[in-house]
Amino acid sequence: MSGRIGPLLKRDLARLLLGGRGGGAIMPVLFFLSVAMLYPFAVGPDAPLLARTGGGVIWVAALLAAILPLDRLVEPDIELGMFDQWALRGISEELVIAVRVLAHWLSFGPPLMLAALPAAALLGLDGETLRIVEIGLLAGTPGLAALGVTVAALTAGLRGGAALSGLLVIPMAVPILIFGAGSLGMGGESGLALAGAVSLVLLAIAPFAGGAAVRAARG
Amino acid sequence: MQGCSIAVSDLACRRGDRILFKGLSMRLASGEALQVTGSNGIGKSSLLRIVAGLAPAFAGTVETQGNIGLVDERHALDPGQPLGKALGFWQRIDGAADNELARLGLSDLLDVPVRYLSTGQKKRAALARLIGQKAQVWLLDEPLNGLDIHAVELTETLVAEHCTAGGIALIASHQPFRLGHMQAMALADYAL
Repeated sequence: MSGRIGPLLKRDLARLLLGGRGGGAIMPVLFFLSVAMLYPFAVGPDAPLLARTGGGVIWVAALLAAILPLDRLVEPDIELGMFDQWALRGISEELVIAVRVLAHWLSFGPPLMLAALPAAALLGLDGETLRIVEIGLLAGTPGLAALGVTVAALTAGLRGGAALSGLLVIPMAVPILIFGAGSLGMGGESGLALAGAVSLVLLAIAPFAGGAAVRAARG
Repeated sequence: MQGCSIAVSDLACRRGDRILFKGLSMRLASGEALQVTGSNGIGKSSLLRIVAGLAPAFAGTVETQGNIGLVDERHALDPGQPLGKALGFWQRIDGAADNELARLGLSDLLDVPVRYLSTGQKKRAALARLIGQKAQVWLLDEPLNGLDIHAVELTETLVAEHCTAGGIALIASHQPFRLGHMQAMALADYAL
């Protein structure tokens, strides 16, 4: 089985990180940076206000950026018959989904954490705030990745699935957002720990929920 | 390729609210081939998917021995990738194997992205994927669709070789498929 994870991960990364027609990891990062750039235009150049609210803006931008690639995560492989061929070879849907969560996270988590550096400069965040934002993103983005792949598997094959998956992810991402962004204010370390805990729960559920959803979609 | 078999007994298939066929029994042993014929929508593809274990049977049982390879209308090759890389992915999954690319006329197409290939070329590429899988049981859903006359002959030869080597071929097609010693089954006999 381990000999099959390598090719699966390599293929997923080639599709999600490097992109092809979908733009890969570049599109979420550009989207994230443009939100961070728009915000000062919208609220005005009030440095203390920007510094106080900027961390939260980065979190919201990260959440929205994570939604962008959802429609490419699972549905194309069902339409291509990839899941059928994997099933015939004894490669479980759970394994494929677990690998895909990892690839999805690698294609937006670390790039967003890097992009948070220029975004923090645009918003005038101080070093301590930036440190907490980065640790929070490290704790929260794996959960966002797991949630995204699960919802993408659930909505695969539905009409309007792309829009629906975005709508479904946002409310379910609220705990990560509350604890992750909340760590910037009161709570601090415990907020980070809770964001990490929510992430771990989502990571544990994702392969099974996503795998069951793919099998159900096969019908 | 010893020890492969398909045993289907009293199988029924439901699609939506309709029962497509019922009471279907058949048995294929190593080296045998069977063509399932019938008009569109009678359940040929559904039968293959049930035998493959990809769809649930409404009633009855299916027992198979041996690895199953499936070629249907979905080629499972990344449309954005060059053919060589798309086939290479399956080679790494299946373990290095000879895909008979030259024989299938694919050697010159390895640099061409899959989405630019014609229907027949994609079909041949799917056959290459199947050959590389080294499966004992071949399930072919409309294998001749979109193929030119040479590719049709080649496909028939490949299936004949597969059966001579002890493999099983279950073919669903409304087109004539020339193969010595092939059994035929009309799905209409089991339709409601």
